[in-house]
Amino acid sequence: MENAFGQPQNVVIFGGSSDIARAITKKLCAARAHTVILAGRNQELLNAAALEAQEYGATKTDTVLFDANDPSNAERTVAEAFDKAADQIDLVIIAVGQLGVQVPDQESAARSAEMITVNVTWPVAALAEIRRRLVAQGSGRILVMSSAAAIRVRESTYLYSGAKAGLDRICTGLAQSLEGTGVKLQLLRPAVVRTKMTVGADEPPFTTGANEVAENVMRGLASNDDVIWSPPLLRYVFFVLRHLPAPLWRKVTNR
Amino acid sequence: MRSTTLSGWGRTNASVVTLRTPRNEADVLSEFATGEQLIARGLGRSYGDAAQLSGGVVLDNRALGGISAISDDGVVTLGAGVSIDELLAVSMPEGWFIPVTPGTRQVTLGGALAADVHGKNHHVDGSLANHVLSMRLVTPVGPFTLSPTEDPELFWATMGAMGLTGVVTSVTIQMLAIETNQMLVDTTRHGDLESVMSAMATGDAEYRYSVAWVDCMTRGAHMGRAILTRGDHATTEDVKRVALKGPRKPKVTIPFEAPRGLLNRWSVRAFNEAWFRSAPRSELDEAQSLSSFFYPLDGVANWNLLYGKRGFVQYQFCVPDAMGDTVVDVIKRLSESRVTSFLAVLKRFGPGNPSPLSFPLSGWTLALDLPVGADALPGVLDDLDSLVVAATGRVYFAKDARLRADQVRVMYPRLEEFRAVKSRVDPKNQLTSDLARRLDLVGK
Repeated sequence: MENAFGQPQNVVIFGGSSDIARAITKKLCAARAHTVILAGRNQELLNAAALEAQEYGATKTDTVLFDANDPSNAERTVAEAFDKAADQIDLVIIAVGQLGVQVPDQESAARSAEMITVNVTWPVAALAEIRRRLVAQGSGRILVMSSAAAIRVRESTYLYSGAKAGLDRICTGLAQSLEGTGVKLQLLRPAVVRTKMTVGADEPPFTTGANEVAENVMRGLASNDDVIWSPPLLRYVFFVLRHLPAPLWRKVTNR
Repeated sequence: MRSTTLSGWGRTNASVVTLRTPRNEADVLSEFATGEQLIARGLGRSYGDAAQLSGGVVLDNRALGGISAISDDGVVTLGAGVSIDELLAVSMPEGWFIPVTPGTRQVTLGGALAADVHGKNHHVDGSLANHVLSMRLVTPVGPFTLSPTEDPELFWATMGAMGLTGVVTSVTIQMLAIETNQMLVDTTRHGDLESVMSAMATGDAEYRYSVAWVDCMTRGAHMGRAILTRGDHATTEDVKRVALKGPRKPKVTIPFEAPRGLLNRWSVRAFNEAWFRSAPRSELDEAQSLSSFFYPLDGVANWNLLYGKRGFVQYQFCVPDAMGDTVVDVIKRLSESRVTSFLAVLKRFGPGNPSPLSFPLSGWTLALDLPVGADALPGVLDDLDSLVVAATGRVYFAKDARLRADQVRVMYPRLEEFRAVKSRVDPKNQLTSDLARRLDLVGK
């Protein structure tokens, strides 16, 4: 069961070996998490993340391998993760995602499709099964990694930001559909985070480390806010940016 | 049968449950016969998740009513769903008061036994369980009549066990004779914690009731300044002009939840200051109504909504006499942190009873109201747990919404003994709750 501060005991994380997921896992384990199931596509990285979770206090960890480019495995993957936890699940994190490389991707039909499959289709398919299981429990929480980029699509990353926009809007509706079920969905909208996905790229404003995102997540779990922004100031920045006239928006974003 | 969202009085961690309303012992038995997991609930005044069970069945026990005639020597039998408010409305006009009362009348007798509630007279009279003559407990293996002499093991295991041994359906208690509905109260103001603690350690024995309200936000020389009120029931001799009548109904209702931030560090500090200044430096033999002495907050219905959408947590711990310094350390830690805390309640406990999970143990107890929201709060409370464990003290389940399971095993060393008794009457662990799951009280 989670406690009054939204700190969970049993956690399942899809995309569990990403830098942001690992930073969040560490903080969850330092608080109350004792069962952590990590799902991802690289067994070695998952093992390292599981070991790290134990160092921070988890007493039971397990891993699940899956490929997010194949949505037909989503239901099975969720079932396997829940079965391995063998208890009520307090928090499910969807941290599945792929940044891609815009210019080559936009000229490849296969790569363009993959960007949507990994960033939207697989997570949405998995969420259907997660939703069903948590509603039956009568309690639980879902945290979905969206992105600040989802608020307004930029030409320089339109596949990634557009895909995140799709996931973000679907989750907004899903969150509303959960009212009265005891289950809560929260969206995480971070700015650019320094991770292995961004090595070598320019750092735009509001770039933070994964640790800072994790701190904002812990705060967001306690506050129950529908959207967790990281850094929190972005909430107000985007209130302005989303209403900029298009030419001005392009000027601001294509520095 | 209906699906509904439930939370405790602190309005944190809500769950969706199936709510059912048993009307008698047979109804409770047939609930167990379904094999589903369940927990009983009264008026929902536990602060955390003790009376809810996500995805399971919650028995709303309010329909288990009935108040017998009160015998000449003050013995009364009540349905477990009867509230202290309902009991007093009947008993006070006849000159009887409940021997132990928590700070609200809005609890059921069943809930009061589940928490083994204590009052301002614990140092003299013990907790409510000490005044129970007998009770009916319905368990998955059948009903029992229990008393301190009939199956005392199960009787005591049920007290303070947050409903995890079965469903209490009725209870017989020994009431306390009173002559008036007034209290005779002595109030003294103390500029720091040491002064109030020494006044309590040396003087409480002379009073039946004693409680201190402590300011946990003032730092420096006046850290822990407090107002100490002590008294006893007034006799007719004391107050000849006062007629016997039941308690008043709440006058003020909080109509909606407050906007975020109404209770912040500055507003609470200002409140604490005003409240401290408003108390007399010293006043003896003041006549106070029984309601305002025992139930100051019952005058404000739904006061929990003042804490807004995020709700609040209460933290109550007790430590043995020899570890009184822990009270000082806790208040120091709180006043130095950036955590908002409303007036805290400090009391002395007398000896505990034979129950393995009952909270009180001889020494000091401090209770704090803390709004959820401050980033530092979860960590500060974890630190307080460590201080309490180091002092061989414990935290009260009825108030809890955030303890660690491993700390609970240290705080309640007789947990295994409790589990053994529970497994005798509930071999399949049908009785569980969100609290029990979170603190690993009964196994999975």
